[in-house]
Amino acid sequence: MPVEEVPGGEAQRFRRLRVRWRVTRRNLREIWIGLRHRPLALLGGIVVLVYLLAALFAPQITSHDPTLGNLRQRLLPPAWQEEGNPEFPLGTDDQGRDLLTRIIYGSRVSLAVGLLSVGISVAIGVALGALVGYYRGLLDQILSRFADLLLAFPFLIFAIGVMAFLGPGFTNLIAALIFKGWVEFYRLVRGEVMAEKPKEYVEAARVVGQSDVAIMASEILPNTIQSVFVLGTLRVGFMIIMEASLSFLGLGIQPPTPAWGSMVATGRDYLLTAWWVSTLPGIAIVILVLAINLFGEGLRDILDPRLKVE
Amino acid sequence: MRAVKILERVLITIPIMFGVAIIVFFFMRLTPGDPVDIMMGQGGAVSTGEMEQLRSEFHLDEPLHVQLWLFLRDAIRGDLGYSYTQKQPVSELIVERLPATIELAVGALAFSLLIAFPIGIISSVRQHSLIDQFSMAGAFLGISMPSFWLGIILILLFAVRLHWLPVQGRLDFGIDLQEITGMYVVDSMLTRNWEAFASSVKHLVLPSVTLGAGVAAIVARVLRSSMIETLRQDYVTLARAKGQIEFLVVMKHALRNALIPTVTVIGLQVGVLLGGNMIVEAVFGWPGLGRLVVNAIFQRDFPLVQGAVMVYALTFVVANLVVDVLYTYLNPKITL
Repeated sequence: MPVEEVPGGEAQRFRRLRVRWRVTRRNLREIWIGLRHRPLALLGGIVVLVYLLAALFAPQITSHDPTLGNLRQRLLPPAWQEEGNPEFPLGTDDQGRDLLTRIIYGSRVSLAVGLLSVGISVAIGVALGALVGYYRGLLDQILSRFADLLLAFPFLIFAIGVMAFLGPGFTNLIAALIFKGWVEFYRLVRGEVMAEKPKEYVEAARVVGQSDVAIMASEILPNTIQSVFVLGTLRVGFMIIMEASLSFLGLGIQPPTPAWGSMVATGRDYLLTAWWVSTLPGIAIVILVLAINLFGEGLRDILDPRLKVE
Repeated sequence: MRAVKILERVLITIPIMFGVAIIVFFFMRLTPGDPVDIMMGQGGAVSTGEMEQLRSEFHLDEPLHVQLWLFLRDAIRGDLGYSYTQKQPVSELIVERLPATIELAVGALAFSLLIAFPIGIISSVRQHSLIDQFSMAGAFLGISMPSFWLGIILILLFAVRLHWLPVQGRLDFGIDLQEITGMYVVDSMLTRNWEAFASSVKHLVLPSVTLGAGVAAIVARVLRSSMIETLRQDYVTLARAKGQIEFLVVMKHALRNALIPTVTVIGLQVGVLLGGNMIVEAVFGWPGLGRLVVNAIFQRDFPLVQGAVMVYALTFVVANLVVDVLYTYLNPKITL
């Protein structure tokens, strides 16, 4: 349908969407070209993709059960060692469960916690930051002081404190991470909105008669989205380490659900006899977080080199 | 003038500390269930009358704002409540465990700075050299590694395989040490007990390296990038043009200015050291505050958790205050 036939405001919206899509496509091309010149960041992206696919297709990749074991096959070493069994490539744990299967299923927990906690933190931080940065006033005073207060707590201590009172579990874990996680995005977006608001294009949108919400959503926020995206990517790795640390302490995801942190903790009791139980899930964490950080730093260099100073 | 500024900065800290205490107080309110029920869960069957008595003893029958007021009043007096499980005032327990935690945190900070400064400086001077690339790759790995896993790898390598260092604890079995400060390395030096000194240092190495590695990585990266920035400045070129030897140019002219962002980051890393010590204490069986808190969580000893979280947060606030004051000495142009 030609654009002219779309009635009234619809035509304008349609045109704007088309422009937006063109900009997005250009950005994506820019990222792709940038990544091709940064092989390490590209590698990071590919590794993250592999983890995501493994998490999604875990049941198709492995036939073992992640929670049910066979005690007669407990603590079998990895296949390349003398008593290893090719059926269990990375060996088995203290309950006789296949370690590779548990590591693959564990990626579901880590990625879900990392992506959800960052995603919700971004949503809260961006919404509040934009609102407060645009209108300022009393709400700004209250929220910003509250954010300062939350920053007075070290992240892990705060999360441990919240988990102590909420109790362990997936939802509580995400809540504990979001409780403080939104602050950084809030401060970033608030600052950017405050910097963008006096600019001419915002003034122009207001003159044309756009509402405040429309100005925020379609004029200002698209200009801050790149910084949010970069910071968000880097925070996913951080949140995964936080989740693993809480699960390691026994405050996060509870057994028998496979989570890398609690797997490392269980393996600690068998360090002298079965090194693989503890070390291999740890390697899975290191590789994933390393990949996310490489990818995130690459994105930052491509999209928002200013963030580097911070 | 500087003293006034510093005083102002100290005064700003007071409402933050109050805010921290209020947030910690509301932590307690997040707990599902009645605190007295939880307390009694450990004590066995108790009559309703006794429950009521306990409730009024802990002021749980008062309105919320009165409870908050009482909590703040007691906290200012240093009274953080009473631990149900240890049957001891929380502040006493914290004071008992704090020296071990401070010893570990100082050890970790010392290790991280000892590593980060040479690496950061050399990497910036020899930018893009092999040593720079190698150290920055190491730093990147350090940032991406959870400390509990690093601790376990270090135990496997240096304690289990090589038998160079002990796996757990603070002192070898059978060594007597007269406690003065509670920090064993300091106490053994004060009492000239060299056997205990050697043993306590040995026990401190692996936990400090584990806790300090992440901090070292971040500090090295920041120091490197701010050194690269300052080495490009005109005054550095001028110093070179005047014939100053390169060592002095780097150490005297560039490093001093590069320190400013680095000190900020070190201040922020104190938070990482505080949070990380809970993990590292769990890995190495280090009897500090972190382990006390984690055990208290499992025993649902909320006053103890509450008190310890508050102490941690206040330490972090004070550390950042110290950093801000340090700034004024590093760069007189910065006003607080």
